[in-house]
Amino acid sequence: MTDRVDTPDTEVAAPSLAPDTGPDNRIVVENLNIYYGDFLAVKDVNMVIEPRSVTALIGPSGCGKSTFIRSLNRMHEVIDGAHVKGSVYVDGEDLYGPGVDPVAVRRKVGMVFQRPNPFPTMSIADNVLAGKRLNSRRINKSDAEELVEKSLRGANLWEEVKDRLDKPGSGLSGGQQQRLCIARAIAVEPEILLMDEPCSALDPISTLAIEQLMNELKSTYTIVIVTHNMQQAARVSNRTAFFTIDGTGQPGYVVEMDDTDVMFSNPKQQSTIDYVTGRFG
Amino acid sequence: MTLTEERPAPAPTASSITADQLGRGPQLAVMIGAVALGALSWANEGEPNWARWIIVSILAYCVGIYVVSRVVEGPRRALDRLMAAIVTSAFLLVAMPLVSLVWTVIERGTNRFDTEFFTETMRGVVGEGGGIYHAIVGTLIVTGLATLMSVPFGLFTAIYLAEYGHGTKLAKAIQSMVDVMTGIPSIVAGLFAYALFELMFGPGTRSGIAGAVALTVLMTPVIVRSAEEMLRLVPNELREASYALGVPKWKTIVKVVLPTAIAGIITGVVLAIARVIGETAPLLVTVGLAQGVNWNPFDGRMTTLPVYTYYQYVQPGIPPEAGQDRAWAAALVLIIIVMVLFTAARILSSVLKPKGLR
Repeated sequence: MTDRVDTPDTEVAAPSLAPDTGPDNRIVVENLNIYYGDFLAVKDVNMVIEPRSVTALIGPSGCGKSTFIRSLNRMHEVIDGAHVKGSVYVDGEDLYGPGVDPVAVRRKVGMVFQRPNPFPTMSIADNVLAGKRLNSRRINKSDAEELVEKSLRGANLWEEVKDRLDKPGSGLSGGQQQRLCIARAIAVEPEILLMDEPCSALDPISTLAIEQLMNELKSTYTIVIVTHNMQQAARVSNRTAFFTIDGTGQPGYVVEMDDTDVMFSNPKQQSTIDYVTGRFG
Repeated sequence: MTLTEERPAPAPTASSITADQLGRGPQLAVMIGAVALGALSWANEGEPNWARWIIVSILAYCVGIYVVSRVVEGPRRALDRLMAAIVTSAFLLVAMPLVSLVWTVIERGTNRFDTEFFTETMRGVVGEGGGIYHAIVGTLIVTGLATLMSVPFGLFTAIYLAEYGHGTKLAKAIQSMVDVMTGIPSIVAGLFAYALFELMFGPGTRSGIAGAVALTVLMTPVIVRSAEEMLRLVPNELREASYALGVPKWKTIVKVVLPTAIAGIITGVVLAIARVIGETAPLLVTVGLAQGVNWNPFDGRMTTLPVYTYYQYVQPGIPPEAGQDRAWAAALVLIIIVMVLFTAARILSSVLKPKGLR
């Protein structure tokens, strides 16, 4: 593992959820090959992810969507032996360049996981503040309260939990827990939000809530979402990339990427047509 | 079939899901019969033979319940009842010595459970009277020092094994060393500590700290193993959630992993204390025995409860009953201390366990 010991914070910004000026946070992926040990899991990804939009990654199980999305904030390498070759540029800066601190990358590129994972030892409010607190930023009480409310409102959860902020986060329903995790992710003011199948453990109503949330968040964040649900990809995303795999033990790769409506109506590749129409073979 | 159709009345005999069942009455009858049969096994000797009575009763019950159940309920339920009978009797057989032990210690220990016993030492006491004040002080100091030393060592080793060294050769080597250390006989740990302090401070050195070192050798591997298990139980998702927030690894461990596992870690520490607090041999070698209170673990002999108990039993003085009473009472105090520790650990872990940090 390459995590460094705590780094001094590069920026101590006033709490604001919208990085409304400055860099555009376009992600450019060049010749990215992702490995687990010697095993090549995803090969030759070249992709441009547009800022302030939702990009969906679809494809069959095991084709490397999750592996790929985890490589966008260097979460991939917390697994023993996992590493990548190639480059991921955010604002022209290579995340895999020499001297880049993965911890700093993760503060910039937030992530929401497949299964809701609030910290069980912390209350709802502490969960939201976890990113700030754990990064040893002293935060005074009124700022903290403001940030909790702002983040929970941002995740459409405020109205449901405002009377029990000091209760444990694990007492919420699955959908609420997932929105709590989103609130926790946006509380550290990332520029990019990665979502790895955020709705796969949720019921349709919670899914709807999170999809609406993505629609609101995309005006301020660059969002990348992995989903198995093609209707969801069609509903929420601006652009879609289709990953596939030729067989067990083979690396996954990107078949094509285009605007979502093109991908679902008039894709160029036969395998994309097969997949999006449900005739996957 | 439509809903309006009239349901057939349940047939009184030919149902496939109801069956005859053995009620409480017949079960109790089998049990009484088995106990009576067990009593018959010693009846002509006049004097109850408890071991034979229990064993014959258990065997008779197992056979009896199987046969009766097979006749009434069929083979599947019969086998179920036989297994339940075997498992329950195994538990009862194991629990019996424990109950007997606790009973004996309480019965004999309460002979000397008076104020004097807790406030006096053995200074100048030959026959009756005397107390364990100095031994309680000694046990608390020695065990406390051992805990102070072994918790940091053990916990840090466990954190290394669970969080950093995963899969490395060093970690595997440490793990097997820890396994070996778990099996070290306590007298060997005592001799090691004795030799160590003899080398440093000259021959014949006896001190509380030497005993604490011996106990640390025994405690540390227990703490390492239990803490490592507890840390591994923390779901990886929580670590990943923390990393994804840009939290560095050491802080993730301190603020997320350890608080999640803390309840189990505390239980492990208390188990380790309970394991060493009754150690006699290593303390006999390293700490020795004193007649009065010694508050200084770095200088001179101290008395600990197990060693005190041992000496009161082998050198009871005149009359011997006084010493033996003191030995049993000291043993009872030791058990009570362990129970208090366990209760405190339970309370502490339930306070620390989940919920908000505020």
